[in-house]
Amino acid sequence: MKPEEYSEQTLEVDGWPLRLISYKLVGVFHCTADNVSPGARLARTTGATREEAEEKAVARARELLSRTRLNPIP
Amino acid sequence: MASYAHPETVVSTAWVAEHGNDPKVRVVEVDVNTAAHGEGHVPGALAWAWNTQLCDTVRRDILSQQQFEALMSQSGIAPDTTIVLYGDNNNWFAAWAFWQAKIYGHKDIRMMDGGRKKWLEEQRELSTEKPSYPASTYKVAALDLGLRIFLPAVQAASSAVSAALVDVRSPQEFTGEILAPPGLPETCQRGGHIPGARSIPWSKACNDDGTFKSFEDLKAIYASEGVDGSKPVITYCRIGERSSHSWFVLKYLLGMDSVTSYDGSWTEWGNLVGVPVERGVAKPAAKA
Repeated sequence: MKPEEYSEQTLEVDGWPLRLISYKLVGVFHCTADNVSPGARLARTTGATREEAEEKAVARARELLSRTRLNPIP
Repeated sequence: MASYAHPETVVSTAWVAEHGNDPKVRVVEVDVNTAAHGEGHVPGALAWAWNTQLCDTVRRDILSQQQFEALMSQSGIAPDTTIVLYGDNNNWFAAWAFWQAKIYGHKDIRMMDGGRKKWLEEQRELSTEKPSYPASTYKVAALDLGLRIFLPAVQAASSAVSAALVDVRSPQEFTGEILAPPGLPETCQRGGHIPGARSIPWSKACNDDGTFKSFEDLKAIYASEGVDGSKPVITYCRIGERSSHSWFVLKYLLGMDSVTSYDGSWTEWGNLVGVPVERGVAKPAAKA
């Protein structure tokens, strides 16, 4: 089998960059959401369409990103 | 790849497609996302999970020699096997495996340039078959413990300004604005960086397609922060994996002699009582 329709995009979710990587394998779209820097995985989903897989990944990533605290720096 | 100091440590996806199934070659995938291998992998590639197979799962440590020998033996790897590592996210955790294999003296180990991302983008063949190889009896011949550095030596180097400390985390982690990468649990009590460290995020070493930047580009990136190999170099991050990637770049692509990875990293330093911590951006670097 070969991966098809590889796509990578970066969006902003609640002020944080979020990278979505998705591709189709044997008719199913696989999506991974990571936090760009360093690229740690926040969500991994599948869907019948790219949109479905990505929506699920963004929802889960948003939940995790919302927990990030900002500290004042000099 | 010819211009790297050790070009033999990097192979292309095309090379792997051609040689991945050679009897003396063992391809291994090491991902951040440990489920990725199961979705589909380079045909014949084994998977090593960074969080269960590449560390001691009881105490905080890398594999012991015995654990490393067991992993190699289970993987059917002999001391003269060519190991080719690749993984997601610019080979981040593949570099962690590379570093440990070098500590335990494995001679021929290489990184697939561009990693999993490049393989997928090129629409190369994937397999979901779980490969299996006859077990070997692997014995480490010689250790190279000089590739790793521990807290006391890092403290001494920071105090004496006797080494170039390279903080490879994100700029926000370096300044102390965040205590952990966005979305991840905070694993330290204080934010900031080791006094004297320069901020050179690990991912600066890679192109958009995941491949390593050229020798000239890499040299310029590190030189702009005063890191030119004239002093020993210490890389660190949060838990030691990102620092392995920069360690690989500095040692094998740029050919700096004395490069160590401080895998205790910020989760150790940022939890210690009474150690000095710098916050905010670094002062401009002295000219290299």
